Amino acid sequence: MRIKFQQSLDDLKERLLIMAGMAEQAIQRSIEAYSTRDLSICELVLRAEPSINRLEREIDQMALDLLAMEQPMAIDLRFILSVIRINADLERVGDQAVNIAIRVREMGAFANIDLPVDIPKLASLASAMVRKSLQAFIEGNAELAKSVLTLDDQVDEMNNAAFDALSALIKEKPELTPQSLNALIIARNLERVGDHATNIAEDVIFWVRGADVRHNPVDV
Amino acid sequence: MGVGILVEDLNAWYGSTHTLRDINLHIPANHATALIGPSGCGKSTFVRCLNRMHETNPIARATGVVKMGEVDIYRDASPVEIRRRVGMVFQRPNPFPTMSIYDNVVSGLKLNGFRNRRILDETCERSLKQAALWEEVKDDLKKKSGASLSGGQQQRMCIARALAVDPEVLLMDEPASALDPVSTSKIEDLVFQLKSQYTIVIVTHNMQQAARVAENTGFFLNGRLVEFDSTHKIFTNPHDKRTEDYITGRFG
Repeated sequence: MRIKFQQSLDDLKERLLIMAGMAEQAIQRSIEAYSTRDLSICELVLRAEPSINRLEREIDQMALDLLAMEQPMAIDLRFILSVIRINADLERVGDQAVNIAIRVREMGAFANIDLPVDIPKLASLASAMVRKSLQAFIEGNAELAKSVLTLDDQVDEMNNAAFDALSALIKEKPELTPQSLNALIIARNLERVGDHATNIAEDVIFWVRGADVRHNPVDV
Repeated sequence: MGVGILVEDLNAWYGSTHTLRDINLHIPANHATALIGPSGCGKSTFVRCLNRMHETNPIARATGVVKMGEVDIYRDASPVEIRRRVGMVFQRPNPFPTMSIYDNVVSGLKLNGFRNRRILDETCERSLKQAALWEEVKDDLKKKSGASLSGGQQQRMCIARALAVDPEVLLMDEPASALDPVSTSKIEDLVFQLKSQYTIVIVTHNMQQAARVAENTGFFLNGRLVEFDSTHKIFTNPHDKRTEDYITGRFG
């Protein structure tokens, strides 16, 4: 038993879960900012981003060290590769939260009107995908990870519906273009969050089963 | 050119100890095949069965079929014939200490009655070139003894000695485990080059070495061949939990 190596893998997992917590919190805050139009929450999201970026580099370095020093094999090798990929996806989730916060800040300059898009619902679905994919990672549960992949279609559909509704609104009421465009971009950001959750779920399946299911639903 | 090796129901014993159990596998021609497993798992016994060295121990015996190409080595050929077709390189270089480099390399040929100076010279040069040692020793072939070379050079000389009798199969039992990283990488480069001409079976405790040089890898445990597959599959996603536990260091 390689005790030191196993301990290092545990440490790596723990750091990634901290990263996951920060990325999840960033998305939740950005949506709370959208719902409440509270610009101070936007600031919280923006201020947290450098910490996420720092942690991303730290985790990558840990993973690189393990690859170089421990020559991992099989499930350990797949685990470390998955951590590197998931790490990048979590950092991108953090970026999407920042993008949303910036849009919410811009929307603050305009009247708060009802838009034909349910951003909190879309956010809740995208966040659920992230949570579920991370739970699958925590448990090493490929079945749970699989269930995330099916949710992505729902998020895509909601995003497409938002696009149609907001495009129609812009045509009908051009004076609402700034709010509509910002909401449209936020919907797009959330759709990307769903894509990152999908990537994380695929990485969990790769780690646990050794199967690369990216772009290949047959293998799922 | 190398030949494929077909092993069927191979069992081996040392006295009453059953060291190999029901081994079945096909080692493809002109490929490098790595054998891995913990100490005492039977991998060295297995390679010794491939050139009938196992039976040189008076208390050892083996049953089953080992076919080298079309030849059943236990029924259709003598041990001497087989060892001419199958070269072997051991963990520690074993030069004949009193012989020159030249005599070390051609000793197998001389033993087989070759006396023609031109043939011996040509074979010595060809074998040393194949073993990537020629440039380092060509001026001292008859002046220096084989034992005066460095460990890495001695091992390459032993490979040249094995190649000199023009074998079809080259068995290597941990050929680089006593060598420094530079010499190790030279041996690995050699394996990579030689496998186009010979069938190579290499026993190693070094996983990365197996991953670097061999197309196929077999994992032995307690005298059984647990898994035999492409090296890629073995080291990224092995089929058997025991293989995974071994290569990831979770064993025991």
